[in-house]
Amino acid sequence: MCASKGLQEPLFHGSDWNFDILRRIYDAVEEVAYKDLHLDTYTNQLEIISAEQMMDAYSSIGMPLMYRHWSFGKRYLRDEQLYRKGHMGLAYEMVINSDPCICYLMEGNTAALQTLVIAHAAFGHNHFFKNNQLFRQWTDAGAILTYLDFAKNFVRQCEELHGIAAVESILDAAHALMEQGVFRYRRPGRLSAEQGKARERERIAHAERTFSDLWRTLPSSSFKSYAGEAGAASQSSQEENILYFIEKNSPILKPWQREIVRIVRFIAQYFYPQRQTKMMNEGCATFVHYTIVNLLFERGLIEDGHMLEIMHNHTDVVFQPGFNDLRYGGLNPYTLGFEMMRDIQRVCTKPTPEDRDWFPDIAGKGAWLDVLLDAWVSHRDESFIRQYLSPSLIRKMRLFAVTDYASKSYVEVTAIHDERGYESVRSTLADSYDVSSRQPDIQVIGADLAGDRCLRLQHNIRDGVGLQEESRDATLRHLATLWGYEVRLTGIDEQSGQTVYQQSMRATPEKVS
Amino acid sequence: MSHFIDRRLNPKDKSLSNRQRFLRRARDELRHVFNKKLKSTPIADVDADHAVTVSSSTTGEPSFRQATATGRRTVVLPGNTAYSAGDRIPKHGQAGGQLGRQAGGSAPDDNFHFILNREEVLDLFFEDLELPDMVKLHLNEVPAFKFRRSGYTATGPPANINVARTMHNSLGRRIALKRPPKGAMEEVAQQISELENYEQTPVIRIRLLKLQETLRRLTQRRKLVAYVDPLDIRYNRFEARPVPNTAAVMFCLMDVSGSMGEREKDLAKRFFVLLHLFLKRRYERTDIVFIRHTHEAKVVDEETFFYSTQSGGTIVSSALDEMQRVIAEKYPVTEWNIYAAQASDGDNSPYDSNRCQEVLEGGLLAKCQYFAYVEIIDARERDIFHSATNGTPLWKAYRAVSEKDSRLQMARMAVPEDIYPVFRHLFAKHGYAGSD
Repeated sequence: MCASKGLQEPLFHGSDWNFDILRRIYDAVEEVAYKDLHLDTYTNQLEIISAEQMMDAYSSIGMPLMYRHWSFGKRYLRDEQLYRKGHMGLAYEMVINSDPCICYLMEGNTAALQTLVIAHAAFGHNHFFKNNQLFRQWTDAGAILTYLDFAKNFVRQCEELHGIAAVESILDAAHALMEQGVFRYRRPGRLSAEQGKARERERIAHAERTFSDLWRTLPSSSFKSYAGEAGAASQSSQEENILYFIEKNSPILKPWQREIVRIVRFIAQYFYPQRQTKMMNEGCATFVHYTIVNLLFERGLIEDGHMLEIMHNHTDVVFQPGFNDLRYGGLNPYTLGFEMMRDIQRVCTKPTPEDRDWFPDIAGKGAWLDVLLDAWVSHRDESFIRQYLSPSLIRKMRLFAVTDYASKSYVEVTAIHDERGYESVRSTLADSYDVSSRQPDIQVIGADLAGDRCLRLQHNIRDGVGLQEESRDATLRHLATLWGYEVRLTGIDEQSGQTVYQQSMRATPEKVS
Repeated sequence: MSHFIDRRLNPKDKSLSNRQRFLRRARDELRHVFNKKLKSTPIADVDADHAVTVSSSTTGEPSFRQATATGRRTVVLPGNTAYSAGDRIPKHGQAGGQLGRQAGGSAPDDNFHFILNREEVLDLFFEDLELPDMVKLHLNEVPAFKFRRSGYTATGPPANINVARTMHNSLGRRIALKRPPKGAMEEVAQQISELENYEQTPVIRIRLLKLQETLRRLTQRRKLVAYVDPLDIRYNRFEARPVPNTAAVMFCLMDVSGSMGEREKDLAKRFFVLLHLFLKRRYERTDIVFIRHTHEAKVVDEETFFYSTQSGGTIVSSALDEMQRVIAEKYPVTEWNIYAAQASDGDNSPYDSNRCQEVLEGGLLAKCQYFAYVEIIDARERDIFHSATNGTPLWKAYRAVSEKDSRLQMARMAVPEDIYPVFRHLFAKHGYAGSD
């Protein structure tokens, strides 16, 4: 309304909140977000939940709807245990990339905290979800809830038709391969919860209607041609998305099993951008809440005491202990993101000569908001760091790079916050935020469907980093369950091209259901 | 645009079915974990919440993960105060330990800790266990009935008259047969008495006669149509329904004589605690009789049985005699499922073992549905007595009985770890036996 001198009435007094107060807070935050920060968000749906419901949300990987699986129960038991013992605090909020954007607010939050949380989740995260190109291209916020609803019901129906154990074995196997179930370079198809599924159902129904036992007695020449075709196609090209390959080519899966694999694959794909942009996403939300809350405070909408409470929580969130601190648990994505965005603001408004050197395009131009809005749209963690991590921030956080050779008894410091080290620290940090560098590179290189039907996989070993053998073998066993025949994984060192290991697995006979 | 939704009132336990699925999956392993746990925890504590740890074998979620101790990796860390480029930090030093851990990333701990609540613990514990042959008795003999109301009947003892139903019928009949109400008759009588006071003119006399005639008809009608007719009367009907005869009594016989050392007593007590818990959990109406014996046997209460100390010689048959006495006194065989569990170290007075055999064969065993005998032996003796045929005189005597009558089952245990398997062995559901 008025950015005039006259201070406005505070939004609330005391720490209690009710829905009127929440509405007032929301409206005030919304005004700042739209008018001052030019944010662009999905419609917000704010839901007040209890601690138990928050743990429910945790256990079903943050989704409001999820099919049933024991692993979610396991997660819930673990979280509940940690929470009861006081080892784990619960988040104040949780936000879901959907349209409308669902924000969970904890009932135990004070009014001041709700202000912070609304600014953080309902505007910070929401803006990022709606505008960042990764989310725009790779996920479909409008369709996710209906899709999950479909998935939940589909899995339930399968359980009724085929038994819980049969569904579980497929889900277990698919979950094990979730990380290998995403397209990294190729844009995935749109979620088409309704039409596609209807088609699928119709096809199954048609098959059931026209089922004739006579077909069974015919020699299986038709199968051969299918196998030859698919085999030829798949042999020629590599496939990074193992679940996709399984879904399309597995010789043994039934239609409903393929559909379940597909569901798991879609969910994995849906979360893929979140992992690539975690630091930016949190940084964006933290920067937004910091800016909004400060503007509200300047305008007198928040009282001094509440502002102190908010700042106290804010500093908790962006706390970064040093590497040799007992509390150290890795680089805090909130801190790094927030600091980088504040740094961009500083470079734009009060640049030093060094900044002008490093960022000639933006230094001193003053348009920090445009730079940030643009960064939020077009970057992911890795590229954002490569582009915007400044020497002054490297100095401030005292970042340094170390290299660890498994074979040596020491780690070596390769770069620190000095003139020679900036570039190196920056690119090392950017590399470490590249999701693909944290995951083993495993691809399907072929499957001889016409021959012995062995599925061949290749693990390109980077920097000599191998796989945990026990977990690898268990995963291969799961893969063999889905494939039905032998599965062979070959580890090849990227530099030397030598075969480091080879492991093959056959499906356990009783698992073929 | 926005809206608020208060979700706090939504139904709780959204994760319940996932939790159950997880427990079902971990079942075998949980049972194994519990079995091991019994070594360390007093069995009485079974009856509580339990923290358990399951390893990754059944509930692990494998994936292709990078191994921590291989290859080369480079990381960026914050908070450098001491190092410059080219420095080497040993991996096992103070700071280096931190570094090494951070750089490598801690190995994911697949062991999983969580709390089971009491109900879940007991369910797990007594899964697939039952008192054998309980069903057989109730199917064959149906010795007990319970009477339950079911509708009305036209005959029965006066005590069972259902007044409301009877009056209901009576009213309906009175209306249908047009029984004059009392008021109508009184009105006519009133008019008559009024007319009688007047001077007796012919007109009045005629009216009087008419009224008297009416009154006579009314009275007659009322006599004809009774207020409550035997036809109206309804009695509550009771139907005898057979009730499953779960009246069961468990005799716990324990040897507390001098030959039973602390270890043996402890094992025996633990066994009975488990049995006690099992009965309380599964058969709430089961009676439990505690008998302990030295050279003489005594019925004692739970507290004394488990906690008090006593010593003396050993005459095992005294306990069997005492049991027989109690059965005769309180538990008629026709009404009760009788079970017995006996724990002893196998020591007995000379010749008494034969007497035990005689008592059992002479009718005591026939009264029982099941008789479990647990012999507590020395861990070293386990090797000597690994065959079932070899053993103490008491064991041999029981063995002879057991071969003729399968209601007597016997087992040996030497260490606390044996308790649960032995218990499962003795009380496994048919078809599950031998799973241990």
